[in-house]
Amino acid sequence: MKISREEVLRVARLARLELSEDKVELFAGQVGDILDYIDQLNRLDTSGVEPMYGPGSKTTLLRPDEVRRECTREQVLANAPETDGSFFIVPRIVSAGH
Amino acid sequence: MSDLHLKTLSELRGLLAERRVSAEEATKACLERIEATEPTIRALLHVSAETALAEARTLDAAGPDPERPLWGVPLIVKDCLTAKGLPATAGSRILENFVPFYDATAVARLKAAGAVILGKSNMDEFAMGSSTENSAFQPTRNPWDPERVPGGSSGGSAAAVAACQGFGALGTDTGGSIRQPASFCGIVGLKPTYGRVSRYGLIAYGSSLDQIGPMTRTVEDAARLLQVMAGHDTRDSTSAAEPVPDYLAALSARGDLKGLTIGLPEEYWSEGVDPEVAECCRAAVSQAEALGARTVPVPLKLSEYAVAVYYVIATAEASSNLARFDGVRYGHRDKQAQDLTEMYTRSRTQGFGDEVQRRIILGTYVLSAGYYDAYYRKAAQVRALLRRDFDTAFQTCDLIAGPVCPTTAFRVGQMTSDPLQMYLMDIFTISANLAGIPGLSLPCGLGRDSGMPVGLQLMAKPFAEDVLLSAADVLERALPKLPRPAGLAE
Repeated sequence: MKISREEVLRVARLARLELSEDKVELFAGQVGDILDYIDQLNRLDTSGVEPMYGPGSKTTLLRPDEVRRECTREQVLANAPETDGSFFIVPRIVSAGH
Repeated sequence: MSDLHLKTLSELRGLLAERRVSAEEATKACLERIEATEPTIRALLHVSAETALAEARTLDAAGPDPERPLWGVPLIVKDCLTAKGLPATAGSRILENFVPFYDATAVARLKAAGAVILGKSNMDEFAMGSSTENSAFQPTRNPWDPERVPGGSSGGSAAAVAACQGFGALGTDTGGSIRQPASFCGIVGLKPTYGRVSRYGLIAYGSSLDQIGPMTRTVEDAARLLQVMAGHDTRDSTSAAEPVPDYLAALSARGDLKGLTIGLPEEYWSEGVDPEVAECCRAAVSQAEALGARTVPVPLKLSEYAVAVYYVIATAEASSNLARFDGVRYGHRDKQAQDLTEMYTRSRTQGFGDEVQRRIILGTYVLSAGYYDAYYRKAAQVRALLRRDFDTAFQTCDLIAGPVCPTTAFRVGQMTSDPLQMYLMDIFTISANLAGIPGLSLPCGLGRDSGMPVGLQLMAKPFAEDVLLSAADVLERALPKLPRPAGLAE
């Protein structure tokens, strides 16, 4: 196994996931197996190979920088878990003591 | 017409154009078929019966329009694509209540062409899976045998088309998610060239791999859907500004396979393929030879590395794409959280299923400080080599042929405990996504042992869908027609 419990917990924290004890163990084993499998890539010499991050065209197409009003405030807010009719409402970000 | 749902899309078009069938009749036939088959296959997450019937009646009132090539044709859309006013969950609890207010470009183009959207099809959560067992809502069953999976992640679309619930469906393919379920369900599935169809309105999984494509009962039907969807879109900067050929004209122009060279990669035709799959695929290649095609061996030496490359790149991109699900603007939100970070964490933990969490963990790990070069950069370099392999192969052949999948549809629950084993089911399809080339799954028979459909995969150079479709069309007409799915009452 290549990935420790602590590493799974660290990565889960970075990804904003909270894993139960069972799941930490399960994922450590499964992700470890997958990483072992991925390690076969080290058999290949890739020195000097330009990485391919996508198969698309390398030229970026430009379009005029024009403001377009494609949706209304109501539409944007329609799926929000909580709003005041004008804005998204989220829990407090800065605690009262700050 | 009691058997209207059994017609192909192309046959229905003719009937609609001549007003022998109304759009409302076509829509009703599908809705009745959905009612009859859904209890067995559970292919759909949302059926918009009222909206579809209203749209069909509006079309009928205006009359057939020769300028709209899909006038009155009922279609089904995978649930990771947005369609205005219809839920789009991507098979996830985190988007359970999400109703988009806009159409994906692919959907908008189908609607503009006169299509009637019947509903949204089930899928593995965020398109992560090869069996549609990872849907947060329900597993879909294979119409050929309800004890077996329909494949994934577009398993809902594949099962729906095989069961004649609609005249075609949209799927998405990140590592084989159109071709593999098409193969398992005995239908045609086309993953176009990366950039051929705009991804605007697609809930992203692996952005450099994802592509939207048609799933239909015939090759000609796939050509008709691609014709409508293909082409540049200013809303997707990765969509290609390449001219779109006339695919139907390409189909009409080809009567045989003379002059075509088909490459057979040794890596796709060796061990690891079930004998019944190999047998069907070899018979199809022999048929292609009988139709005039020349076959040559081509090396794709790096094929064995494709799955490893894929699971680095796809999960890295997924971990980034799925960061937007934070409970702020849409989707599930935990109501008890006291501060923002807690809200993010709890909302995501409650909203994402196990496979999605596993892939986010893997993707975040391979991108994290200290590991980026070892995993992500390395995988991207091998990806470049894989593409180079294809470029070299296509110097000596026009098409590449091989099995879609090493096996026919496996049994429900058979693979769920071993993710790596499940990932290996995509070994023959993943390379096309990494390289960005088009691939098509063509039904080529039923396995001798399982009695389940087998798909032959054909791949072509980037933007050569015209060659791919026209060759597949010729071959389809020569191969024995599959019977109707055995798992459904007629």
